[in-house]
Amino acid sequence: MGQVEGEARSQRRRWALWLFVLPVAAIVYPPLYDRVHPTVGGVPFFVWYQLCVVVFGGIVTGVVYLLRGTERTVTG
Amino acid sequence: MILAAIQTTQAIVIAGAFAVITAVGLYAGRWRKADLHDLDEWALGGRQFGGVLTWFLQGGSVYTTYSFVAVPALVFGAGAIGFFALPYLVITYLVAFLVVPRLWQLAHASGYVTPADFVRDRFKSRSLAAAVTLTGIVATMPYVALQVYGIEICMAQIGLPVQASLWTAFALLAIITYLAGLRSATLIAVVKDVLIWVTVVVAVIYVPLHLGGYGHAFSKVPASKLVLPGKLDGDYVTLAVGSGLALFLYPHTLTGALASKSRFVVQRNCIFLPVYTVMLGLLAILGYMAIAAGIHPSAHYGNNAAVPALLDKVFPPWFAGVGLASIAIGALVPAAMMAIAAANLFARNVWRELRPNTSPRRQTQVSKLASLVVKFGAVGFVLAAPTTYVVNFQLAAGVWILQTLPAVFVGVLWRKLPARAALAGWTVGIGYGTYLLVHAGFDSSSASFGIGSHHTELFIGVPALVANLLVTGGVALVLRLRGKETLQALATS
Repeated sequence: MGQVEGEARSQRRRWALWLFVLPVAAIVYPPLYDRVHPTVGGVPFFVWYQLCVVVFGGIVTGVVYLLRGTERTVTG
Repeated sequence: MILAAIQTTQAIVIAGAFAVITAVGLYAGRWRKADLHDLDEWALGGRQFGGVLTWFLQGGSVYTTYSFVAVPALVFGAGAIGFFALPYLVITYLVAFLVVPRLWQLAHASGYVTPADFVRDRFKSRSLAAAVTLTGIVATMPYVALQVYGIEICMAQIGLPVQASLWTAFALLAIITYLAGLRSATLIAVVKDVLIWVTVVVAVIYVPLHLGGYGHAFSKVPASKLVLPGKLDGDYVTLAVGSGLALFLYPHTLTGALASKSRFVVQRNCIFLPVYTVMLGLLAILGYMAIAAGIHPSAHYGNNAAVPALLDKVFPPWFAGVGLASIAIGALVPAAMMAIAAANLFARNVWRELRPNTSPRRQTQVSKLASLVVKFGAVGFVLAAPTTYVVNFQLAAGVWILQTLPAVFVGVLWRKLPARAALAGWTVGIGYGTYLLVHAGFDSSSASFGIGSHHTELFIGVPALVANLLVTGGVALVLRLRGKETLQALATS
C-alpha cells in the first residue's frame, strides 16, 4: 500500500480490461441461454449456465487483476 | 401464513442467535481498540480491514433481505425473471473493479467518508453535492425499511408478536451500532455468514432429497416459470445492467469498500465476492423448491414469505430456527451499514455544510444520533405504512440512485466533466425516471417502450440513465465548445 497517486502505473496493461467483455457478452443476450435443456442433476440450463457465468466473471476479474499488477508488483 | 401460536423451539433458537450477536456486537467496541469519537473509527472501522474481514463486510452490504427474501420470492411468484440477480451481480463486480479502487485511492488521500464528500471536493459544487446527498439519503431509507420488513416476515413466520420483536431487534442493533459503529457490523457479518452458509448448504442438499430429488422437484414447477418469456428479455437485461451499475452508487456499499486497508483489497474482493452470488443463485432455486413443496403465498406477506415458510415446513424446528435467524441477522448487518452510511451523509454533507465550524468530534456525535433516527424511522415506517409501499419505494430508490452515476462514477473516471453537466443530467434523469414510475402506477419498476409496433418492457432506471447521460454529455460538450471560443476570443483580442 502506498500514498502515491500512481496515475501512470494504473494505466499498466490497459488492454486487459477488454477481457471484461467476455462475461458481459455471455449474459447480455438472454435468448442465448433461455432454455430448460440440457439439465444438470435436474437443474434447468437457464439456471446452471448463469451460475457458471458468475464463476467465470470472478475468474476473468482475477486474470485482469494479475495482468494489471498486484500489491507486490505495483507500489502505487 | 401467520400462525396463532408461537413456535417455541424456533423462537428459542432465534432468541439465542440474537443474544450471540449482541454479545459479539458489544465486544466489537473493544476490538482493535481506538477512539470511537473519531468518525473514521466509528463509521469506517479505522479504514484498516484486510481481505477476509472486508469480504465478510462487503458481503454483508451487498447481499441483504433483497437477496435472501425478495429474489427467491420473485422466482417463486414470477419464475425465471428472478434470476436476473445473477447477471446483475456479474456486472456489479466488473463495474466495481473499474471504479471503486480509484475512488478508494481518492478517499484515502483526502479523507472522504461518503460519495458526496468526493463530489463536493472533486467538482467544488455545493449544489451537485447536495443532489448526491439527497439522492443517497432518499434511496437508502426504503432499503433499510426493506431489511426491517425481512425481519418482520421471519418473526411472523413463527408466530412472534411482530411489533414487540421488531422494536426489540432494532433497539439491540441501535445500542450496538451506536457504541461500536462499523466494527460491530463487521463482526456480526462473520456470525451471520456462518449461519447463512450452513443454512444454504444444508438446504440445497436436504430440501430436494425431501422432495424426491431436483429432477422430481423441478418437474412440479410449471414449465412457463422455468424459462423467460421472450417479451421479458429486455426487462431482464435492463434490470441486470441498471441494478449492476447502481449497486456501488449506494452509500452503504461504498462504506464497506472504504473500510478496507488498500485498493488492492477492494480489487481482490471483486474476484471473491461472486462466491456469495453462487449462494444467492442457490437461494433463488429454493424459490422453485417452495413451489414444489406446495407452499402457498402468505395472506399477509404474499410471495415474500415463500422461503421462510419453506424452511419452516421441511426442516425440524431447531434447524428452521437457525435458517430464520440467519435471514433475520442477514438483514441486521446491511441495516446497520445503511444507517451508518445515511447518517454520515447527514452529518458530513448536510450538518457540516450548514455549520462549517462543527468539530470532528461533534460530527461523529451527529452521525451516531442520526443513525438512531434512521433505524427507528424505518421500523416506524414499516409498521405504519402498507407493506406494498416498502417494496415499491425500494424499486423507485433503485431508479433514483442510478441517476448519480455521472457525478460519482463518471466523475471518478473522467476528470474534465463539468459540475453543471452532471447536475443537468441528474435533474433530467430524476425527473424522467420519476415521471415513468408515476406513469407505471408507482408499483412497478418496469414500463413498456417501443418504436412503431415493436414494444418491449424495460427497467425504468435504464432509459432514465440514458436520458441523464445524453444531457450530461451534451451540456459538457456545449460548455467545452464555449470554453474554446472564449479562449480564442482572448487570444485574438
